Amino acid sequence: MAEARAPVAEPARTLLAVPGMHCAGCMSKVERALTQVSGVSSARVNLTARTVTVEHDDALQTRTLMQALDGVGFESQPRRDLSARAPSAVKPLLAPLAVAAFAAMNVMLLSVSVWSGADGSTREMFHWLSAVIALPAIAFAGRPFFTSAWRVLKHGKTNMDVPISIGVIVATGLSLYEVATAGQHAWFDGALMLLTFLLAGRVLDAMMRDRARAGVDALLSQAAQGATVVHDDGTVAWLEAGQLEQGMVMRVAAGERLAADGDIVAGTSRFDQSILTGESAPVSAGAGGKALAGMLNLSAPVDVRISHAGYDTTLAEIARLMEASTQNRSRYVRIADRAARLYAPAVHSLAALTVIGWMVAGASLYEALVIGVAVLIITCPCALGLAVPVAQVVASGSLMRAGIMVKDGSALERLAGVDRALLDKTGTLTMGRPVPDEAALGSLDEEERCIALALASNSNHPLSRGLAKALAAMGTEAAPIDTITERPGIGVFARWQGRDVALRRPEGGSGSAVALTIGDTPVRLIPFADALRPDALDALHRLRCMGIECSMLSGDKEDAVRKIAHKLDITARAEVDPAQKQAFVGSQREAGHSVLMVGDGLNDGPALAAADASMAPGSASDVGLQAADMVFVQDSLLALPRAVSGSRKTMAVVKQNFTLAIVYNVFAVPLAVLGYVTPLVAAIAMSASSLLVVANSLRLVTAAR
Amino acid sequence: MNSLLILVPIALLLGLAGLAAFFWALRSGQFDDPAGAASRILIDEDDEDGEGQ
Repeated sequence: MAEARAPVAEPARTLLAVPGMHCAGCMSKVERALTQVSGVSSARVNLTARTVTVEHDDALQTRTLMQALDGVGFESQPRRDLSARAPSAVKPLLAPLAVAAFAAMNVMLLSVSVWSGADGSTREMFHWLSAVIALPAIAFAGRPFFTSAWRVLKHGKTNMDVPISIGVIVATGLSLYEVATAGQHAWFDGALMLLTFLLAGRVLDAMMRDRARAGVDALLSQAAQGATVVHDDGTVAWLEAGQLEQGMVMRVAAGERLAADGDIVAGTSRFDQSILTGESAPVSAGAGGKALAGMLNLSAPVDVRISHAGYDTTLAEIARLMEASTQNRSRYVRIADRAARLYAPAVHSLAALTVIGWMVAGASLYEALVIGVAVLIITCPCALGLAVPVAQVVASGSLMRAGIMVKDGSALERLAGVDRALLDKTGTLTMGRPVPDEAALGSLDEEERCIALALASNSNHPLSRGLAKALAAMGTEAAPIDTITERPGIGVFARWQGRDVALRRPEGGSGSAVALTIGDTPVRLIPFADALRPDALDALHRLRCMGIECSMLSGDKEDAVRKIAHKLDITARAEVDPAQKQAFVGSQREAGHSVLMVGDGLNDGPALAAADASMAPGSASDVGLQAADMVFVQDSLLALPRAVSGSRKTMAVVKQNFTLAIVYNVFAVPLAVLGYVTPLVAAIAMSASSLLVVANSLRLVTAAR
Repeated sequence: MNSLLILVPIALLLGLAGLAAFFWALRSGQFDDPAGAASRILIDEDDEDGEGQ
């Protein structure tokens, strides 16, 4: 267990990620289990981030806390840094929203009395009061829009924030002039209401991203990556990955992942390198063989002399490939900004034409300007600004309840247009973990199963864990066994009712299997295989019905890939390395396809980053989780068609929302151009169109069905 | 008109007090875990180990 040597946070404060928590019951179970550990002074769950902060005595080890949580059925992982968490996207927007809402309500109150007939000095005083409240509020709450608009304008481009900023600034300027000249109409209420609605949309958008990110963060293992290093004098010490150097010898226990590339100097073991290459069958390697960072040591401890560490490892090479391809994706222009490209010039030239038209018709410059500003305010894209975020927030909330975490709103837009799906094999189409053969389990009698479970639950070996999970799912209860010993690379041995029992590596076997021996009775062999995900066939069929052609892209050997491809009736490519996967995604995109990549391993990372949209299962490697747009947490592959149909429904609603906003403009703009729009009309039109758009978007609550 | 001179400042002060309260809540971390806060009221705390002392 590497965790035992992981450093305890200094001031006796430990942060543990507990991905399995999702309700009040889980919270109280976790907190109670931890506070009952002696030495713990307090435990506080953060359900949003799926973490628990524990304050305890210095002497208490993180491992004890993890065991306590294990005892109540929650897996946990230590988080190293309390402060290194990415900042929330919501928090910086909450203060502007609060200020805008406060000011909007107060100014609206004053405006209502003006509209209902306040006159003369009262109106003037109310206007001045409004100005005093509104000016600082607009300056503060409008900042997110102003800075974003300025940023794109500097590069000669435009986005939705440009018409918003121009509308707000012009309305404020004109109102100031009106107030100073004791005029009739001030538009402060409209400007503030606009900011409030739009900020509310942004906050919702940010909340969605925060929630998804917290969910994904909880899945990331982040386990202190490092290795036990054997020094020349025979002493051993645990070093973090960054401190490993070429020439050091690290001792890798069974069940540990390698932290650096190297050559094996002592011991023979089998390694699972599926995360690096996609190859499902474990490879054997002995002294003199190569071992790569990221490989999982399956059977026996080995000593590895480090040849490459840190930035020189194969793993780091994959990370570099990924970085290069993420730039492709940042070129994607979101639908709201594409709309703004057409919308902003149209609206601004319309306002300019109105001013010119009225002046030609004989109005004074002042009158013409007032009407021009009214056009700008009434067309200010309030509904347009809400059209996209509200629809995406509602849809991703629905998808999240179905177990699909959407990391970014634009992912829904990109996923909706997909017409080609490339799937990885190991860990994506299959479960990626050894599952015991059901027929073999079925042939065991009740007693044998109980003993097998008892033995398996005493080992951390991947096969034991797979067996324990399968047996527990069958409702088996562990038999009482004693004098348990685990011999790394050989098996677990114990005594049961005076007889020797063991769960061990079969002699001379080639594939994955364990042998169960009870006393002198014949040995029972339990073979293991990497099973297909449930509903894989159904999910692929549904994707095909949606017009998405599916193929498999795997780093595994030809015959293993062909077997699965035949079972699922899809085309496949075998033995592709990470760079080739990425290149294949690129060639499909060049051929005019919009590509969805689904993968989990490190070897899929570059392809995930290069594709138009990408998904990863919750069991994926950290790299896979971070590169993917969406993460689905259940085992079933039906999450794929569900996400695609959810995103298509979302885009349909977004387009309806745009239509609604345009229809609203078709009615409102002529009124504004003709000079009939007062601040009262603008306020009503703005709220009505926003409510309509929000109501339409709420229909997406069932988008994930 | 005279009543306005009293009522308008009162209204503004009350509003500002609300705004200040919100900022205080924001600073003191009450928005750090909205999902947890929503669920926490459902926890029964009258067990003998008494974690809410």
